[in-house]
Amino acid sequence: MNRFVLTACLAWALAMALPAEAAIKVLATTPDWGALVTELGGDKVNVYTATSALQDVHQVEAKPSLVARARTADLVVATGAELEIGWLPVLLQDSGNSRIQPGAPGYFEAVSALRLLDIPTAVDRSMGDVHPLGNPHVQLDPRNIAAVAKALTARLAAVDAPNAQYYQSRGADFQARWQQAMARWTAAAAPLKGLPVVVIHKDQTYLLRWLGMQELASIEPKPGVPPSAGYLADLVTRLATNPPKLILRNAYNDPKAAEWLSQRVKAPVVLLPFSVGGTVEAKDLFALFDDTISRLLAAAK
Amino acid sequence: MGHRSRFIAVAAVAATLLPAAGQAADDVGALRAEIDAIKTEYAQRVGALEARIAQLESAAATTAAATPPPPEAPPPAAAPPARNSTAFNPAISVILAANFANLSQDPATYHIAGFLPGGDEGPGKRSFNLGESELSFAASVDPYFMANLTAALNGAGEISVEEAFFRTTSLPAGFSVKGGRFFSGIGYLNEVHAHAWDFIDQPLAYQAFLGGQYAQDGVQLKWLAPTDVFLEFGAETGNGNSFPGTRLTRNGLNGAALFVHVGSDIGDSIGWRAGISWLDQSAEDRAYEDVDSLDRLVTNAFTGTSKTWIVDATLKWKPSDDPLHRGLKLQAEYLQRTEEGSLAYDVTDSNMIGSYHSRQSGWYVQGVYQFLPRWRFGLRYDALDSGNTHIGLIEQGVLTAADFPLLRPGSPSRITTMFDWSLSEFSRLRAQYAWDDARDAQVDHEFMLQYIFALGAHGAHKF
Repeated sequence: MNRFVLTACLAWALAMALPAEAAIKVLATTPDWGALVTELGGDKVNVYTATSALQDVHQVEAKPSLVARARTADLVVATGAELEIGWLPVLLQDSGNSRIQPGAPGYFEAVSALRLLDIPTAVDRSMGDVHPLGNPHVQLDPRNIAAVAKALTARLAAVDAPNAQYYQSRGADFQARWQQAMARWTAAAAPLKGLPVVVIHKDQTYLLRWLGMQELASIEPKPGVPPSAGYLADLVTRLATNPPKLILRNAYNDPKAAEWLSQRVKAPVVLLPFSVGGTVEAKDLFALFDDTISRLLAAAK
Repeated sequence: MGHRSRFIAVAAVAATLLPAAGQAADDVGALRAEIDAIKTEYAQRVGALEARIAQLESAAATTAAATPPPPEAPPPAAAPPARNSTAFNPAISVILAANFANLSQDPATYHIAGFLPGGDEGPGKRSFNLGESELSFAASVDPYFMANLTAALNGAGEISVEEAFFRTTSLPAGFSVKGGRFFSGIGYLNEVHAHAWDFIDQPLAYQAFLGGQYAQDGVQLKWLAPTDVFLEFGAETGNGNSFPGTRLTRNGLNGAALFVHVGSDIGDSIGWRAGISWLDQSAEDRAYEDVDSLDRLVTNAFTGTSKTWIVDATLKWKPSDDPLHRGLKLQAEYLQRTEEGSLAYDVTDSNMIGSYHSRQSGWYVQGVYQFLPRWRFGLRYDALDSGNTHIGLIEQGVLTAADFPLLRPGSPSRITTMFDWSLSEFSRLRAQYAWDDARDAQVDHEFMLQYIFALGAHGAHKF
């Protein structure tokens, strides 16, 4: 009897210990951070991505499946700057997992490694969905990805100390490949410099600034507020004297207003992946930028 | 080395240098010329370099002025230092709600046929009604607890504490403890605050079995299993104050609630949650008013045990390729309650007491369909079965069924339709029509309009 109990205890202890030896569990809020964790963590991490590129990350719900993933996660990789404010706090609270609470090593915010743009001097809900901490749509500037990758490498090494060496070398390898790719993208995107464009939501800011493109207007009169017919008509008159070359649309945006404007101002709508998985081509972070730039170049011709 | 040897060394060096001295004197002029040439050359080079540096500096200054510092620069000191003590203020949110009601039946006669009244029943009053304004404060207490206070201000100016609880944040192994006053985790809708309901009022089953919403004054222990499927177990106990219980005079734990919830996804577009809950309460003199066979207003009271089962299921569909435009939320709950004990008739006067046994059930099913980004349409069906209630005083022939008109067996039902329009995440305007046969006699046509506004801290998108 005693031997049976002992065996059962050992078996249980082994069962508990084994998964810990295997990959650490990471819950990423967006496909971009999921892809970055995969780049940096290789087979030492088991990544679950909470949202898809076709979802508006503002509007996600704390689904039971997400709560279950948060319960077992060793590390949460979020954007921060209140992008996930509607659901991530609930998720963390309901998870019963003290390792991933804000302030713990298991909670990582990408914006902690970045300096944000568009920080408002005053906030009020009459201004729409303004983010008091700055524009959180940071992933479309590859320099941001590099900075986040550096901080995330350090965090992975801290959370999973036995594999620290592994993360450091993968991180260095990623940075080298990323720098090369960045040089390639910057060279390829040279013709886009100064190109005047119209966006839908203020979520292309980092991309436009990196490539030196010019944002003439946004189709949303205020962040998160859909345009009225009057506003759109006004926009057409405003753009008549200074016409855009392109109208940028993300995979998750409503295409209607962009199409409508496109016919009026005679500029094509370019569908951009915005996130990894937003288009068939944008399979990983490298492909996200390859595809974004090639789509912009093709449309700007 | 001694003095002697040092002297020899110096002498040797002098001897080697002296013969060269004359020759060197001849070369001084040449050397000087050479050095001068080098000097001028270097002066020219330095001048050129200085000019280039100046040029670069001015160029850098212009570029720096033109573009802000690159984002990959080291992060700034997290946030400006807190200017004053408000940095630790809790997150505050305010909910304002009101409705306009047009009811074909007098709301004073509202009752759910065959059910002992639980308190919060019916569509409320006619015309304009200021709803409960909700004021909520939430913050971390310290690294181990968070706490939340939700106060409700009604139109008459009374303040009630809707929820006031603490919750642990750092217990190991998926455990969490909640204590204070909180909406019990039983069922699906019970934990949902009024401003997040999909219809203006609660399902009839919730009104009849839980008095609208079951608040626990006590403690809750929850455990979330470390599985990829959501699997949550909860147990609660408290003072039993809320309907169907009453505040008891005895010490100790009064009443218990147990629940299990399970949930997951089906493909990319569907999330679901299902659960089973059990509520075991005791009531002492749970009073209600009725009109007896002589048309006298009498107060009757139930004393005994009340056991409720709840089965709930919720499914949400949001097409993964177009979550913006369409979505569907389907939810259904079944409640069944057994009450056993005694029923006192006319407690203030004749105070006759007999046995009481009831087994009653009810359910609702509702669907809310989002057909445009900000527009939703909802349909709900409610049905209750009051069952065969055994009232000792009637069975013994002391009184007749006409002395308990509210408990006359019935099968109340209701059909509700709803449209709502949310201009943003923080405002909602709603119109609702209900064909309400709760009285199981005359149908009430209830037409209502409602607004809900949320101010302050961003609310949570609970499933």
